[in-house]
Amino acid sequence: MTIIETDLSPVTLKQNMSRLFFKKKLFNFALPALVLTYLAYVFLSFDMPGLWARASLENAKTLVSDTYSYKTHVTRDNRDASVSVAIEGERKGAYPEGVSPDWVTLGEITVIDLEGGHQVRFGPQAVEYDIPGYGLVRATPTRHQGVQAELPAGEVPDWISVSKNRLAIKTEAGRLTVTRNRSEVFRYFTGWELFFFTLDSPYHGLGLGEVLLRAAGGEAGAILRDIWTNKMWRHQDVAWAIAETLLMAFLGTIGAGILALPLAFLAARNFNPLGPLRFAARRLFDFVRGVDSLIWTVVLARAFGPGPLTGALAILITDTGTFGKIFSEALENVDEKQIEGLASTGAKPAQRYRFGVIPQITPVLLSQLLYFLESNTRSATIIGAITGGGIGLLLTQAIITQKDWEEVAYYITLIIMMVMIMDWFSGWLRRRLIQGKGEGDSRLEPKEKTKVFFLP
Amino acid sequence: MADLTAAPLSTEQIRNQYGEMIRRKRLYGGILLVLFVALMVAGFRTADARNAGSFSDGIGRIFDYPAEVLSEAGEKLAELSGHLVHFFPALIETLNIAGAATLVGAILGSFLSLLSTRGMAPWTSLIPLFRRISDICRAIPEIVIALVLIFLLGGGPVPAMIAIAIHTAGALGKLFSEVNENASLKPIEGLESVGGTWGQRMWLGVIPQVGPNYVSYALLRFEINIRASAILGFVGAGGIGYELKNAMSWGQGRYDEAAAIFLLLFITIVAVDQLSGVLRDRLILGARTGAKT
Repeated sequence: MTIIETDLSPVTLKQNMSRLFFKKKLFNFALPALVLTYLAYVFLSFDMPGLWARASLENAKTLVSDTYSYKTHVTRDNRDASVSVAIEGERKGAYPEGVSPDWVTLGEITVIDLEGGHQVRFGPQAVEYDIPGYGLVRATPTRHQGVQAELPAGEVPDWISVSKNRLAIKTEAGRLTVTRNRSEVFRYFTGWELFFFTLDSPYHGLGLGEVLLRAAGGEAGAILRDIWTNKMWRHQDVAWAIAETLLMAFLGTIGAGILALPLAFLAARNFNPLGPLRFAARRLFDFVRGVDSLIWTVVLARAFGPGPLTGALAILITDTGTFGKIFSEALENVDEKQIEGLASTGAKPAQRYRFGVIPQITPVLLSQLLYFLESNTRSATIIGAITGGGIGLLLTQAIITQKDWEEVAYYITLIIMMVMIMDWFSGWLRRRLIQGKGEGDSRLEPKEKTKVFFLP
Repeated sequence: MADLTAAPLSTEQIRNQYGEMIRRKRLYGGILLVLFVALMVAGFRTADARNAGSFSDGIGRIFDYPAEVLSEAGEKLAELSGHLVHFFPALIETLNIAGAATLVGAILGSFLSLLSTRGMAPWTSLIPLFRRISDICRAIPEIVIALVLIFLLGGGPVPAMIAIAIHTAGALGKLFSEVNENASLKPIEGLESVGGTWGQRMWLGVIPQVGPNYVSYALLRFEINIRASAILGFVGAGGIGYELKNAMSWGQGRYDEAAAIFLLLFITIVAVDQLSGVLRDRLILGARTGAKT
């Protein structure tokens, strides 16, 4: 603020005021205008108008419906007349030969009940679909003349597509596709299929009460093993992946803290009188931070191969720079009086550090370590997706196959839960360790709050 | 704790008690330390065992790849400036992703924070809801949203921008609401008494108080978002990360391009880091001296 002169005439004062107001007004309008201009520029340079053309609504529909429902395939191989039933059409979800769910009746003529009056029959020659309110559709797949479809008279509705080699019917009860080589019915169910037990487990299809009863009867080990080794959802692999991700974050953060502490002493003005050494330590921190974790990940993945160790080291190296910077700033803010007091009692340098310095910086150190532990859980997920380790890898794999969206939803839920639990845990520990210590340390709290060095 | 009504302790007793206490403290500290070290070692061994290559083999080869890249870049030093120019648009795209995401995230984040601060929120009962929303936004790693959106919208900068903006909104929402809690509520009451709407109360009563801190946090976030946007490029969202992935997967023969990209990324990050550091210091110091006078 400028010093106000008291001998100004009202005219000059008024002029000054209006100039100030004009400037403020201009600024008030210029800033939002600038932001809007930039956003408009980005809007055009990212080709947002063309985005709708590229966006795939079909993909969105599959994604959403797949996350809360699954489908069971009933497939007839039209060359050897064999019929198979498989959940999601996957081998690991296939019913054993000759076994089927109760809505499919195997036999000379396979009858598939889609409920609501919809019924599909796989006969020896033809496939028939009884559609209530429309009529009977009959299709005969032949080797040489493609698929011969007979529809009820009248115009073909748009949920039926007929061509020479293919008949596809899509109703709310399910879906039927007939080609020369195979006839296939999809029936949709809500929920996540086979989440606990796969079809080859003796516990599949039992109610919760029944399973609990058997667990109490001494089969708990077998039940848990069946869940643990579920081939469809791979609970074992998922648990390991999450453990790997947490391990990466833990090793990386703590390792970085351990490495950064001695280096921070080198970089702090009041502890290291040697200018060049201090300069070197600071530039090392800047360099390590500047070479982004992406580049470190890429470089380290070449040396160590994919896995949790690479991720941990990438986090460790990047964070050493950040921690070094934060810790050395904390060290420069240390109160000299306590050290002097210790020195006056005849404490040796090591004792001065141990009892004069460390207790002062511990709160900053711990709270930063815990903050980073939480944010690194997220980083570890991302790094895992790049190097190939942890839950990040499972997620990218599930997304790349583009069909197991229920697994993607499952992994996303797990990741969010993992991060939120880590967030809660680190906050809890921070409160216990720092504020729980008593009034002596609360003096450091406001000092730390004004620091803008907060993280991701 | 000592019983004050009892007879005063002799010096001997006090010393014994003190010695006992120190010993117990040291014992606990020692046990904790041993546990911690054991945990670190076990963790390291597990990570090492589950990694494709082991630590002892890899540690000697850390600099092989950078050396290869640098030597090839050194051979083709003449082309480096050409590469720098060639990849500059990709860098601009990465910066734009980060910039737009920070802006959008900061705008959303300030709404979230205003809606979840007591005394400023128009709907008091919905405060916990908005808090949870910003918690969830913060907990989702960018890559999750980006990968799903790439499937829906196709590759390009927009999925990355949306993903980073959502995360930024959550992260800034939390930081902003901490700032809001320190703001004075008096201007809001004043504006309310003269009939100001919620928008006017916030824009004229709160934002001028918290503006410098908001901008300072947003700048810090911009720095972080540049890194995030480079990483997301690597998984297919355009920008310099995408070019880096292409140059890398090509392998030998295009290492000079990889080196140019490394260089661009490094310079950008360091430059933005320094610039935002200076700006932040000025903003915060300015705000503080402004508040004092």
